[in-house]
Amino acid sequence: MTEKAVPEQLSRRESFEAASRKWGRSIISGQEIGVFIVLMVMVLYLSFKTDTFTTSQNIRNITLSFSWIAIAAFGQTLVIITAGIDLSTGSVMGLSGLAAAYFISGDKSPWAEEVIRNGREALGVDGQYVPVALLAGCAMGMFLGALNGVLIAWANLPPFIATLGMMSVARGFCYGWTEGWPFRQLNDEFREIGQGDLAVLGYDIPYPTVLMLVLVVIMTIFLTRTIWGYRIYALGGNEQAAELSGINIRQVKLLAYSLAGLLAGFGGTLMTARLGVAAPTAANGYELDVIAAVFIGGASVKGGKGTMVGTLIGAAIMQVLRNGLNLLGYDPYWQPAAIGFTIILAIMFDQARQSPQVAAFLHRLLGRAEASMRSAG
Amino acid sequence: MALEQEPILRVEKVSKRFPGVQALKDVDFEVYPGEVVALLGENGAGKSTLMKILAGAYHKDVGTLFLRGQEIQPQSTAESQQLGIATIYQEFTLTLNQTVAANIFMAREPRYGGILAPFQLVKIRQMERDAQELLDVVGARVLPGALVENLSVAERQQVEIAKALAVDAQVIIMDEPTSALGSDETEKLFDIIRNLRERGLSIIFITHRLEEVFEVTDRIIVLRDGERVGTLDAARTDVDEIIHLMVGRELKSIFAKEYADIGETILKVEGLTRRGVIEDVSFELRHGEILGFAGLVGAGRTETMNVIFGADHKDAGHIWIKGEEVNITSPEKAVELGLGLVPEDRTNRGLVLELSVLLNMMLPTLKKFARFGWMDRRGARRSAEDYVERLSVRTPSMEQTVKNLSGGNQQKVVLAKWLMLNPQVLIMDEPTRGIDVGAKSEIHSLMCDMAKQGIGIIMISSEMPEVMAMSDRIVVMHEGRVAAILDQADATQERIMAYASGQATLGANGNLKEGQVV
Repeated sequence: MTEKAVPEQLSRRESFEAASRKWGRSIISGQEIGVFIVLMVMVLYLSFKTDTFTTSQNIRNITLSFSWIAIAAFGQTLVIITAGIDLSTGSVMGLSGLAAAYFISGDKSPWAEEVIRNGREALGVDGQYVPVALLAGCAMGMFLGALNGVLIAWANLPPFIATLGMMSVARGFCYGWTEGWPFRQLNDEFREIGQGDLAVLGYDIPYPTVLMLVLVVIMTIFLTRTIWGYRIYALGGNEQAAELSGINIRQVKLLAYSLAGLLAGFGGTLMTARLGVAAPTAANGYELDVIAAVFIGGASVKGGKGTMVGTLIGAAIMQVLRNGLNLLGYDPYWQPAAIGFTIILAIMFDQARQSPQVAAFLHRLLGRAEASMRSAG
Repeated sequence: MALEQEPILRVEKVSKRFPGVQALKDVDFEVYPGEVVALLGENGAGKSTLMKILAGAYHKDVGTLFLRGQEIQPQSTAESQQLGIATIYQEFTLTLNQTVAANIFMAREPRYGGILAPFQLVKIRQMERDAQELLDVVGARVLPGALVENLSVAERQQVEIAKALAVDAQVIIMDEPTSALGSDETEKLFDIIRNLRERGLSIIFITHRLEEVFEVTDRIIVLRDGERVGTLDAARTDVDEIIHLMVGRELKSIFAKEYADIGETILKVEGLTRRGVIEDVSFELRHGEILGFAGLVGAGRTETMNVIFGADHKDAGHIWIKGEEVNITSPEKAVELGLGLVPEDRTNRGLVLELSVLLNMMLPTLKKFARFGWMDRRGARRSAEDYVERLSVRTPSMEQTVKNLSGGNQQKVVLAKWLMLNPQVLIMDEPTRGIDVGAKSEIHSLMCDMAKQGIGIIMISSEMPEVMAMSDRIVVMHEGRVAAILDQADATQERIMAYASGQATLGANGNLKEGQVV
């Protein structure tokens, strides 16, 4: 094989190594390692301190109950990287859950059902509304997210204001549409998505957890490997620079908010399937958990920084914290305070990391760890 | 080839009007392939407007643009780039959180084709290889995979030039590319420009440092009040002729230094250290003295001033004001002790752009004019008006938003704001950067006036002629340390450069040892 000899250019092997190192770094940057260690410490502490933490039932419960928070947080991560924020996540989850439940709820007989039933009978898949419900939930989420995007990118509203409005509007529709009563009697196949398990190597893993893990891979590829991911990072890094380089800023914003809505809608649908009932108050206040997961996971308030893996770990930390407080016998009423402290600590840590002195210290620390690992290996 | 060359870019009778001002009036402009053209003029002469029209950021009212003989009508910056006109702005258009390669190929990343095409996946390795090639052309020693936030200003600029090459630009517009660079970085930039010229690219170069135009440019086009007033051959003209054209009147000298009586020591700094930033900095400043600080960008000059002013804490060292040792822990304390700081970054750190001239001037004086928290508005206003007049700030009214003033007048507002406090020591960081010649000489004469009143002035400047002409003594810094303190009479450009670049150091006994290569 003849290779063109280009002086001063990296050899193929070197450039491959450099690329893979960078690839690794882009997934697990400084803060992720930090929060991952925090998560591990919490897990270890709880497994020594309590008998119940490491039971497979408890692990299953934990991963199940943060899965929809994490899925919604993946979308929120995109928005926060663009230096925006989406406060409407909780309401969008709630309304999307209602939209999904509407089509399969036994005590509702919507006109749409007739249409769909007829269509489905023609296709010979009678009685299965699960895809319809999933589609309806996701579509509702994406629609609301796109509205946010239009308000922010075209009407030039600050993201905080636009999504604050949407938070209230979507919640209002939840109450108005249901007249305050939940949609009940959801069909079994639909509930199966939220309550059933997938058997993997002898372990039963809940479907929402599986979907969350699949999504973290897809979203990581989306964010670090596609041109859209590059554009989202560019927008958050320097909006003016991105615009002058020929990036369509509005399109990118619309994309980020629409995907945030879509993922919130999907998360809301899974949550509804898990609970087996779609209440108008569902997911009330979840936006705080979702936003907290993103920030704990290392995203920057100023935009331009954040990863999907970090967000996943952030969501896990909050749920382990909740579960741990429970198992240790603390009154659940104290949980919000604990979560609040965690958020504040995470942001303080992030700011400290940005000061040059702390950064130099961490660099030395990590450099030493790397060196000792190299000598050991 | 004896053929008369066609201009690659030609502008014919372009006019642009903004509310209340005719920014450009029937301007013709042309650039030939492989030519470096300097576009000069005072602030407000229409340079920026013309450049923005070429870059697609503004639309002309009348007139025609031709690229390679074809008429073009760029509607956006992206379209202009596509046509082959790239602009490098003073504020770089880079994203700090992304890699060098991602920046160079921003919005035009190479992607996988075939069945992968709908996923729009970026070919990261190919992108980095291509980026490396462009970086080699520019001569930049940065890795394509490095994050931009870890690069120096000069390196960022090289990335910006590589980015222009990535869009296959035929014409590159550089808006004051040297204003943020030290002298040796400027030299390197000129090498890059010469290199690009040899490759047949055309470069339009805007600068306020007139001596630079003789180094790299072929032709000089001068604008005044929105009109083209002259074209000069760079090889057959001098600074005086350019200035004459720019201002339309004869300026005797750009740097009119008047000497003040130098008195007692007012500020004494000894052994000032902030770990990793500055190391053992000592100097004295006397009443009526202008003490110049020379050095390369990053030599620690601004950092020294931040420590003295209490904006950054010190790890070691002592500061005396009028013989009394002081411990300055915050800028507020520094102001109380009679120190003033005119920061380098006028628009971000010196002014609140959205506020009026009056409010900006009142900010540091709020305490002085307040009684129990209640503002003496009339007194403050009278005093502010007085200073606006003394400094001849050209503003329609005291209520004018500072944002709308020219760079020179903004700088005067900053100065006026500090003078209202009657400081004993005024630290000025790059006081004339990005200011046109006329306003520059006004600022210089203001500095001399202040010195005559006994104020001690510290002036940081990266412009060598300015430092040499205006300073009574010159402190040269190199890598966070004082490399030398020279008297004006002893200072030559070569000596300052030698110290600033670490080519010469102070001997062990304090004597100067020159030519010692470190």
